[in-house]
Amino acid sequence: MKKLLTVLLLAPILALANGSELHLDKAPDKSGDQAALQNGAKLFVNYCLNCHSASYMRYNRLQDIGLTDTQIKDNLLFTADKVGEPMRIAMQRADAKIWFGTAPPDLSLIARSRASESGSGADWLYTYLRTFYRDPSRPSGWNNLVFENVGMPHVLWELQGEQIAHFKEVDDGQGGKAKHFEKFEMVKEGSMKPADYDSAVADLVAYLKYMGEPIAGLRKKLGIFVLVGLGLLFALTYALKREYWKDVH
Amino acid sequence: MSAMTNKLQDLLGWVDARFPLTKMYKEHASEYYAPKNFNFWYFFGSLALLVLVNQIVTGIFLTMHFKPDASLNTSGVPVAFASVEYIMRDVPLGWIIRYMHSTGASAFFVVVYLHMFRGLLYGSYRKPRELIWVFGLLIFLCLMAEAFFGYLLPWGQMSFWGAQVIVNLFSAIPFIGPDLSVFIRGDYVVSDATLNRFFAFHVIAIPLVLLGLVVAHLLALHEVGSNNPDGVEIKKHKDANGIPLDGIAFHPYYTVKDIVGVVVFLMVFSIVIFFMPEFGGYFLEYNNFIPADPLKTPSHIAPVWYFTPFYSMLRAVTVNFFWIDAKFWGVVAMGGGVVILGFLPWLDRSPAKSIRYRGPIYKTLLTIWVVAFLILGFLGTKPPSYALFGIIPGDPVAKMFTVYYFVFFITMPWWSKIDKCKPEPDRVT
Amino acid sequence: MSCDEKVDCGRRNLIVATAAAGGVGGLAVAVPFIASMAPSERAKSAGAPVEADISKLEPGQMMIVEWRGKPVWILRRTPEMLASLKKTDDLVSDPHSEKTMQPDYCKNEDRSIKPEYFVVVGICTHLGCSPSEKFKTGAESGVTADWAGGFLCPCHGSTFDLAGRVYKNKPAPDNLVVPPYMYLSDSKILIGEDKKGA
Repeated sequence: MKKLLTVLLLAPILALANGSELHLDKAPDKSGDQAALQNGAKLFVNYCLNCHSASYMRYNRLQDIGLTDTQIKDNLLFTADKVGEPMRIAMQRADAKIWFGTAPPDLSLIARSRASESGSGADWLYTYLRTFYRDPSRPSGWNNLVFENVGMPHVLWELQGEQIAHFKEVDDGQGGKAKHFEKFEMVKEGSMKPADYDSAVADLVAYLKYMGEPIAGLRKKLGIFVLVGLGLLFALTYALKREYWKDVH
Repeated sequence: MSAMTNKLQDLLGWVDARFPLTKMYKEHASEYYAPKNFNFWYFFGSLALLVLVNQIVTGIFLTMHFKPDASLNTSGVPVAFASVEYIMRDVPLGWIIRYMHSTGASAFFVVVYLHMFRGLLYGSYRKPRELIWVFGLLIFLCLMAEAFFGYLLPWGQMSFWGAQVIVNLFSAIPFIGPDLSVFIRGDYVVSDATLNRFFAFHVIAIPLVLLGLVVAHLLALHEVGSNNPDGVEIKKHKDANGIPLDGIAFHPYYTVKDIVGVVVFLMVFSIVIFFMPEFGGYFLEYNNFIPADPLKTPSHIAPVWYFTPFYSMLRAVTVNFFWIDAKFWGVVAMGGGVVILGFLPWLDRSPAKSIRYRGPIYKTLLTIWVVAFLILGFLGTKPPSYALFGIIPGDPVAKMFTVYYFVFFITMPWWSKIDKCKPEPDRVT
Repeated sequence: MSCDEKVDCGRRNLIVATAAAGGVGGLAVAVPFIASMAPSERAKSAGAPVEADISKLEPGQMMIVEWRGKPVWILRRTPEMLASLKKTDDLVSDPHSEKTMQPDYCKNEDRSIKPEYFVVVGICTHLGCSPSEKFKTGAESGVTADWAGGFLCPCHGSTFDLAGRVYKNKPAPDNLVVPPYMYLSDSKILIGEDKKGA
């Protein structure tokens, strides 16, 4: 028994012992911040929803983050007529494949599918959207630190500005050379200060995370009630069990 | 009050004259005498039944919304994948039902593994309970089939590639293999045809067999009576009325006790459903949030955690025997790893049933066996190049433990006989 | 409940309390299952109010829009058509729309907000067929010689006048249903939602 427990306790440590090399910045948790989520929704609709759909996400679901149907209709509804419709795009997948090499993925679930041992999906997105750099060798002129040779250009460059990446060569331990990222250098200022840009990306990521599982907030709230109820039931059933087992002991 | 009671009595008499209601109630509940010394490990049988009911009920409601259709909808997403997200978002409270089902699948294996381990601890498979054990093993096989078929249905990347890999295992069978795997898929790749038939197997064919086996498992159990942590037969000592001295009525004593277990289980179950439904990528794999793409394999695919011990055994076999390549023997190892459990009743020759009275050999070897099983399971979630603690290469470890896993069983008739057992008590302690 | 010596009262109370709590828990578990069978967000979105542009509708013409999968008729009635309603008053079974087959704001002689435009769900109240338009009057209509114009259900022969009121002694029990609707402007009607609901 005890040995078994020791092994069970050991398993997570084993898992930790082999983290991937990819380093992700921790995305700030803004899940309860409606203003941030609304700002994120605005950024999403303005910058992402041209090429990426969110075909499981209905516009009127944005009521979750404190928007009214009228607000949604007036400010966000560009790709559909009714607020009950999902966030689709006009671009045909076949066309997109020709233009970008691969069809831009639907973003409804992106924050869930990008999770890995290195960090949550939000962390990945938060890092991804901040580590685009100029790379003339790429068809789009852009490359990315966490998604090497990505097909997507840096759509937020006007906000962030343009940066280039410096790499240094290091021994990879097996006689060869490996490229190690050293630092970014801003070559052209964007319309936002770096801190503001990070905050805007954090808002966008918070929105993407929300969109991955819109019921996540409700789920946790409901969970508390369920556990309290079960706790009560436990007290009662345990008392009942003891009452009956008086006969046995 | 008493007039009412009389009416009910009359109704019961009417039914009993036509159907053995009271008789069955007595046989299986109020006059089924179970040993009074059940411990923690005895909760998992009733919990397995609870999870089975959970899977059936949530499954029925999921089929009301799920569509086993691999064709693309207007947004370019497979209909099956989209219908799962439809359940998660558009169906009122559908997400609870879906999470109950996905968490239930993993919970089923947690509960069943612990239930089986109880059998190993206390020799529950020994005479006269061989058939209970064999039925149980068949249930486990059904469960694995059920999990495998069900895992394809969300039609995500892991669903698709998992099914691809497992179905290709059959192609390893000499001569008929390649045709067989095409036959199973109903196509040259995992496709809409595969999805549709897997759906049929998952929602009706396997569950019917499973339910039949569960009934057989319980009937066999109630025929011979339950084992207990001391591994002694309570039926050897009966009072004047023929009731075992160490037995207590299943109802009410074990019903009230099992209900406590159920509530505790539900608390753990709810914590997963409401606070960590993905369970760190083990219950719902991250890649499965991407629709199936037959042209792009995810960089790392691993089966769901409950298959990984056997998956490790599959990968561990890398040598060819008898001109048949290793792939086939890997499949044999994987299947054999499950099937060999069914021979336990005849492999174990120990004089004592329960681990409480068994000698140091069994205790040591079983402990190593548990470690081997867990490490194999852990390594199965990792790529073959994985190193334990970053230094011990996983592959040879998996090979070593795979060999151990089988040697443990194959040599059991010999070492279980010579083990120094303590004398078993006459009555339960 | 009285306690006599044969019954263990503490135990009985505990059983009752546990059973009650368990029952409540069971009901709570049933909630998501029952809720999941209600119309989904997709169904609600498809059933959302629809806008109809009536600017191009000529007098005497009828257009059909789909709302919740049902045909909704918008008939622009001519003065003659409206006058015919006086004649049918005695022939229909519920001339004053006493039964609530329409929103309160349409409980009037012509069963509409603006008499000129008649909005109604084109489903017979008998067994759900869609009646056909019989706007011509008299024998020419093929209905009866003194037909005043209206609708005829092909399934079981129920007849309705130009305000959707059912004729007496016909299989259909009630007048045609008027859906909730409102004017967004003079030329736009929103069907499925009215000012009360907004």
